[in-house]
Amino acid sequence: MPTGDDDMQWLHKDLLDVSQLSTREVASLFETARYFREINSRSVKKVPTLRGKSVVLFFAEPSTRTKTSFDVAGKRLSADTFSLSATGSSLKKGETLKDTALTLQAMSPDAIVIRHSSSGAAQFLAERLDCCVINAGDGRHAHPTQALLDAFTLSEAWGGFKGRTLLILGDVAHSRVARSNVILLDRLGVKVRLCGPRTLMPSGVETWPVGVHRDLDQAVRGVDAVMCLRLQLERQQAGLLPDLREYARLFGLGRRHLDRAAKGAFVMHPGPINRGVEIDSDLADSPESLILEQVAGGLAVRMALLFLFLSRKTNE
Amino acid sequence: MSGCQLAVRGATLPDGRGKGRRVDLLVARGKVLELAPAAGKTPAGEAEEIDASGLVLLPSLTDAHTHLREPGYEYKEDIASGLSAAAHGGFGNVMCMANTNPVNDSASVTELMLDRAKDSWPRGPRLFPIGALTRGLAGRELAPMAELAEAGCVAFSNDGVPVSSSEVMRRAMEYASDLGRRVIDHCEDPSMNPASGVNDGVLSGRLGLDGQPDVAETIQAARDVLLAEYLDLPVHLAHVSCRRTVELIAWAKSRGVRVTAETCPHYLLLTEERAAGFDSLAKVNPPLRTRDDVLALRQAVREGVVDILVTDHAPHADCEKEVEFDAAPCGVCGLDTALALTWTLVREGELTAGDLVRLWAEAPCGLFDLPLNRFRPGDPADFVLFDPGRSWLVCPDSLHSKAANTPFLGRTLEGRVRAHFLGGRKIV
Repeated sequence: MPTGDDDMQWLHKDLLDVSQLSTREVASLFETARYFREINSRSVKKVPTLRGKSVVLFFAEPSTRTKTSFDVAGKRLSADTFSLSATGSSLKKGETLKDTALTLQAMSPDAIVIRHSSSGAAQFLAERLDCCVINAGDGRHAHPTQALLDAFTLSEAWGGFKGRTLLILGDVAHSRVARSNVILLDRLGVKVRLCGPRTLMPSGVETWPVGVHRDLDQAVRGVDAVMCLRLQLERQQAGLLPDLREYARLFGLGRRHLDRAAKGAFVMHPGPINRGVEIDSDLADSPESLILEQVAGGLAVRMALLFLFLSRKTNE
Repeated sequence: MSGCQLAVRGATLPDGRGKGRRVDLLVARGKVLELAPAAGKTPAGEAEEIDASGLVLLPSLTDAHTHLREPGYEYKEDIASGLSAAAHGGFGNVMCMANTNPVNDSASVTELMLDRAKDSWPRGPRLFPIGALTRGLAGRELAPMAELAEAGCVAFSNDGVPVSSSEVMRRAMEYASDLGRRVIDHCEDPSMNPASGVNDGVLSGRLGLDGQPDVAETIQAARDVLLAEYLDLPVHLAHVSCRRTVELIAWAKSRGVRVTAETCPHYLLLTEERAAGFDSLAKVNPPLRTRDDVLALRQAVREGVVDILVTDHAPHADCEKEVEFDAAPCGVCGLDTALALTWTLVREGELTAGDLVRLWAEAPCGLFDLPLNRFRPGDPADFVLFDPGRSWLVCPDSLHSKAANTPFLGRTLEGRVRAHFLGGRKIV
């Protein structure tokens, strides 16, 4: 069984954001993920590594892919996974997040994977619970497992990060995916550019380690990959953009843009995709698209994370 | 000296910039009889003697902006507990806002507040309710301000719920002026992320929170000062939090506009970074801003551009604050900690002790026509003996408010009220 570096200990109780991870820990995580990816290609896709461990999937916001990914990751490692969703949960009946969390903890899970619409909700839980808390997306704040799987996918596709440039395109202001990716990829040595209308750029972006572009034709020039972000339809109602047609015309990624990028540049999307809005439908299905690799890599990365966090105590 | 009931010996009276001078304070029939250089010789006859050496003598302070939550939200605070925090915090005059339930928009609510204060703290602190500016704080119809003034309201405000209609604001200012009462406006453009409790800027962008931009305050403040100029009427701007509004006020004052303003200790001491860990104790409206805003506000209170300090004491129950950041209510407690916090600014040389007395006593009493002790013969013997060397931990047990929602929780502060006298009688 891999343990990352020879004598590296996984010291974190929780995964709240990528900023807590050193590059060495990320490398170790990726090494572990590569090992688990191999399991996913076997005919019997299950190992007994986490037998007897239980993982609660507490998704207080709708999610299909992330929740399924964690569920499958846990099951392939023989952990027991339990789901709790917002609809039908006591949160809907007015119970506070704290009380729900304490109730869950009383059932002594080894980890709680939380998705919540409030920024900071994962940290709120982690400060109050003894078990491991893994942030599967808190409001607009952070989505560390998505960033880790994106970086893992890029590292496999590029063969390394040195000298690479990535463009993150779209609604950065409301994107936890973008926030976590900027932190992680910058730390890994990737040059990051952002492009989108000013109304969808976060306040204080000028202090981020990124280049900010308004014009997609310029932004895409020479980049090694473009990560499109999902555009939520509420942004139009909130008065942040006039309509989807104009948005797609100015900031939808098409073949003509990719032709300006570096040779062999890739296209990514955290899903679910609005085909024809943030990305041309054809491009999503093109050979340059890493979208399905992201999903497969996500499973391996989440297996690696569950393994590192849940076997932490026995390592000590 | 005949009739002297109380002699306070050897206290240090701050005098502007210097170290202060040691004095003896003699009290008779609830009033200042004489303030004399400390000699220990002034004959006091039968008077009670208090050795106040090492203590600072301050006039009892005035807090022109609090939320005491009664009636309606007694689980957060009630008038008895709020006045307890005031008494122990050095405040003899306390003005309380109208956003209770029911709203203080009728004489019966005002009278209930005053009765509660009299019953719980008969010797003071004195409560001075602020009446609602509009009925139900809804921002549409004027509250019955004459009725409220007769019942004892000393000012009018829609605090907590900004008045979006400029027409309503204009008429409210006009109507209040007939009654000789000042309007206190909570300045916040209600269309720009109202009550988000965190500043729009580097921190909110990083944390993924909806921030309220400082211009949301300044835009509304600009409307108010322009109305004040147009109508030639006074207006008082509540809890100013940013440089932009300070500069607007300076501009308005230079034009002769009758605008006054307040800010709070937390805006002089904390920046938006205090909320960095999603700590809802730092969630307050208006939000904590940047270092630059803190510096501008410090200068503004020194120079009198911002006229007074207030606490904006806004107690909440623990269970209300212990939720996700965006679900938590805005507000911080202040009555227990305000004097010690302001004293840290005096110790650091940011303010003088004279500034402190001006900002917490002389100026607010002047603005709202409240009793003030200037230590002249005949003044009410309302004073505080403050121990600047006494350090204490801010924790639920050391606070007299029911609530402990202060961003200074867990901090050790230096300086605490040793004794507080109103009308010559010790209240704590």
